[in-house]
This record gives sequence, structure tokens and C-alpha cells, in this order.
Amino acid sequence: MHAFANPTRFLKLASWLTPLLLVGGLVLVAISLVWGLFYVPPDRLMGETVRILFIHVPAAWLGMGGWSAIAISSLVYLVWKHPLAALAARASAVPGMVFTAVCLATGSIWGRPTWGSWWVWDGRLTSMLVLLFLYAGYIALAQASARDGGSYKIPAIFGLVGAINIPIINRSVVWWNSLHQPPSITVGKSAIDPAFLVPLLIAVLGFSLLFGGVVLARMRALLADFQAEARLRRKAMEAA
Amino acid sequence: MIRENLNQWDFVIGAYVVGIAGTLAMAVWAWQTMRAAEKRRDKVREKVKRK
Repeated sequence: MHAFANPTRFLKLASWLTPLLLVGGLVLVAISLVWGLFYVPPDRLMGETVRILFIHVPAAWLGMGGWSAIAISSLVYLVWKHPLAALAARASAVPGMVFTAVCLATGSIWGRPTWGSWWVWDGRLTSMLVLLFLYAGYIALAQASARDGGSYKIPAIFGLVGAINIPIINRSVVWWNSLHQPPSITVGKSAIDPAFLVPLLIAVLGFSLLFGGVVLARMRALLADFQAEARLRRKAMEAA
Repeated sequence: MIRENLNQWDFVIGAYVVGIAGTLAMAVWAWQTMRAAEKRRDKVREKVKRK
């Protein structure tokens, strides 16, 4: 892993991997959404609204996945002090926040015809909203620490502490009464009919590839900014 | 039981528009900011080399 944590090697790998992940993700997402929209039968209970599943579920997983990536990268940074781990954590924040917002918005749209309400303050929805606020706080903190030239230590600690919300989101429908349904997919088990499960898995794969492509693009942008600034600073010091 | 006369497809289309627009906007923004940052870095590299 340390071999790939070298910025030159990372850029060599990311230069072909970024467009591959973005284009591959877009193709798979397009296939799954067309499949979900036009070829999946309506559900016995939820009717046509079941089609929202193919956007809402991948967005929810990636909203939580984004923070898991922040926490793991932050831990790697705190233990090995590798700057690429800090970049990976910072790069995961915006896509994680976007998917969390998409999850909340599509869930709210789904809730209106299914539950009769756009929003309920239950465990699942509230903990997901807390995740959105955690992302906003993390992005502000990481930007402030980068602007002031400080270390990434404080955002890394925030990223680790915030990870406590992930198991809370996951178990919220089991721990508390909720309008939200309990987990349909657990390790090795699925309560979803294959007619819905196959396009759902393609959607999850496609959105995940897109997420990976966006994270790599963000890492390249942050790294390029850092390299340009470092070069200018070095030149200014030489001139002084 | 009171049943509302809601068209379910309106909600499906609304959710798809939000999801697709959000995802596409994020992907395009990430790609463009990356290209701009790398172009800026290369320009700085050239400028520093020339001096």
C-alpha cells in the first residue's frame, strides 16, 4: 500500500483510472436507471414508487461509505502521517455529502406517497441528517486548516469521532420504532426479489465507480494545488 | 382510510431528476476543477523553470 502512496505513482495510476471509473460508472448507472424506470414491474405494496429504490439506496450506501472512507484515511494519516491519506479523506467529503443530500431528498420524495409525510423525526432520518451536517462541518474544518497552512490533525480527529454516527444510522431501524423499513439486505441474505435486486446491484456498482472517479479527480485537484503552491513558495524563498 | 389521489410517477420522476442532476453536476464539477488545477500547476512549473 505504501508503494502506491507515492504521489508520482499515484498520479500515474490516477491518470488512466479517473476517466475509466467516471465513464464506466456513468454507463452502469444509465443501464440500471433505464432498467429500473422502464423494465422493473411495480411493487405489490409500493406500486410505481419502488423505482426510487435504484437511486435512494446507492445514495444512502455511498453517503455512509464516504464517511467511512474519511475515517479510514484519517486513521491512516494519524498513524503513518502520509499526506496522500489526508488528501483521500478531504477528497471523499464532497461526493459523500452530495450522496447524503441525494439520499435525504429522494427519501423525502419517496416518503410522501408511501408514508403520507415528507419528513418524520425518527432515528434513521435524523441520524442521516446529522451525517449531512457532519460533512458540512468537516469540509469547513478541512478548508480552514488547509488555508491556514496547519496540519490535517484536527480534521482527522473530527473524521474519526464522526464515524460513531455510521453504526447509529445502520442500526437505527432496529433499535428504534421507525416508519422506515428494516434492512432488506444483510450479509449473505436478501429479502428483495431478483427482479429488483439485479438492477439495484448494478446501480450500486455504477454509483460506486462514479464515487471512486470523483474522489480520484478531487485528489488530483488538491494535489495539483498543493504542488503549485509549494513550487511558488520555494521560488519566493530562493529569491528572498 | 383516506386515500389521496396522487400520481406516483410524479414522485418517481422528481426523485430521478434530483438524483441524476446532483450526480452529474458533481462529476462535471470534479472533472473541471481537476483539469483547471492541473493546468495551473503546469503553468507554474513552466514559469518557475523559465526564470
